[in-house]
Amino acid sequence: MAPMESLINRYRNITVLLLVILAQLMLLAVQVKNDQEVRMIRVWSVTAVTPLARVLESIRSGAFGFFQNYFLLRDVHEENRRLKADLDRLKMENVFLKTELSMADRVKALAQFQSRSPSRTLASRVIATGANSNSRLVYVDAGSAAGVQRGMGVVTPDGIVGKVLAAYPTASEVLLITDPDFAAGVISQKSQARGTLKGQGYANCKVDYVPLQVKVEVGEMFYTSGDDRIFPKGFPVGKVLAVRRGQDFLDIQVEPSGLKQGLEEVLILIEGVHQAIPEAPPSPSAPIYLAPPPPQSTPVADAAEEEDASQAAAPTLRGPLTEADRLVRRYRTIGEAQGHKFGEGLPGSRPPDFNYRPQPATAASVPAPRSTAPPAIQGSPAAPPASKPVPAAAPPPAAAPDTP
Amino acid sequence: MSYSSDRILLSNQRESRVSRFRAWVLVLVPLAAILFQVYVPLFFQFLGYLELPLLVTVYFALMRRSPIAGLLVGASVGLVQDSLSKNPLGMFGIVKTLVGYFAASVGLRFDVDHAFVRLVLAFFFYLFHQFFYWMMTRALLGQEMIFDPQRALILGALNAVVAVSLFHFLDKLKEGA
Repeated sequence: MAPMESLINRYRNITVLLLVILAQLMLLAVQVKNDQEVRMIRVWSVTAVTPLARVLESIRSGAFGFFQNYFLLRDVHEENRRLKADLDRLKMENVFLKTELSMADRVKALAQFQSRSPSRTLASRVIATGANSNSRLVYVDAGSAAGVQRGMGVVTPDGIVGKVLAAYPTASEVLLITDPDFAAGVISQKSQARGTLKGQGYANCKVDYVPLQVKVEVGEMFYTSGDDRIFPKGFPVGKVLAVRRGQDFLDIQVEPSGLKQGLEEVLILIEGVHQAIPEAPPSPSAPIYLAPPPPQSTPVADAAEEEDASQAAAPTLRGPLTEADRLVRRYRTIGEAQGHKFGEGLPGSRPPDFNYRPQPATAASVPAPRSTAPPAIQGSPAAPPASKPVPAAAPPPAAAPDTP
Repeated sequence: MSYSSDRILLSNQRESRVSRFRAWVLVLVPLAAILFQVYVPLFFQFLGYLELPLLVTVYFALMRRSPIAGLLVGASVGLVQDSLSKNPLGMFGIVKTLVGYFAASVGLRFDVDHAFVRLVLAFFFYLFHQFFYWMMTRALLGQEMIFDPQRALILGALNAVVAVSLFHFLDKLKEGA
């Protein structure tokens, strides 16, 4: 206590001075108002207190924020870990579902091919690969119990895959066409060049024994020839990647079409049926849906639609019509209606009237009975019969033979 | 306690001599000074420049040689002066509190019985009072007030001259005088 008393005694004068000054300042502050009619004591108090309050609030919020963030971060860390686990699980599920979807598509394509193909086939699934890394072997889940025999061909909708090397009761061993020991008779699509397909131990195969004088083009398709008695004739084999002249025969590299989409489901040819070599390269196994043409509202399109309706039985231009097809058909009709033959006549001769709108040609092709003929509109010129040529410049006669 | 009228500075605080006044002197003299401040200028305007309450505060603070006594005298005189003026209470109170405190502190070091010391101190504290009042008016009240240093110096000199005479008169009122 003694040091405290000495301290108070030592600073007594200045303490009293400060107290008295402070008291008078308070007195002053209570009386005086600022220009906004607020007492100075309020202004001073707020001015003195708010910075301190701000500092205290900063310290408090900082401390609380620190602890809150600390715990929040701990929660976030935990949540992040859980979300990562969820993400991994969802990724796995996504991959699984994609695989399932892809498999479903393949199975559907396989079923369609199976139903379309004249050959009797047995669907099976690849369940294992060969233990030897050099050999190209797979095991499928159909065996002798299901009717599989050694030597049967194995195909997919895209092409041949291999042949059954051994048939076990519940599974079969399939030698892929890429194996060096594999061989099958093939024939090219355009030049009908016959050769022997051989595996090379990697992704591509080669076609051997094709004479040098035979012309085989890159991009040409090879099909099974049926000579090997394994694959019936007409199954796709692959597309020509490269053609080189060898010593005695052409060296033809072929990309197998049956292995391009991977190998999970296959068809074993129980009873093969020979087919013709198609003229065009095989289309993708899944049928392509063509949407109907968009509705046309222009006069030209309307006329074309009328002509489409009238000439639906025309032998040419079947299938989906393009705008060019419609124009060709329309101009041909106009030319026929006016007795004009396109491609004849000298330059400068009179062209047909392309604005002429002929009557629907039902009367020309299939005469309609009177009762079903469209009623004539008074004052409007009726179209002449298609068989009667009309000069291009002259308007058609007012009354047609089949109109009242 | 030795005292020499020729010396201005005291060698130590023990040489300082505390003057004592009767209670009625401590009450009536300041009141008279304030009364003079508010009443006489009604008739003699030029006497309005005299700051008798300030001079009385300086005198009692110097003579008492006690800072606390000095600031209490200053605060009392200032607050009464404030109450009789249009100022908010505390303006003159604060300024005279400071004057009383510093005057008492100075009185411990100087021979305040010396006429020249009284002249200088009165001049100085007048300037201090005017300047501090101007500063507080601007700072605390936010009012625009003109501080003319030249005028302050002249009036300071005038008050200092008056202070020497006044202090001499007030010396007569000391106990044992």
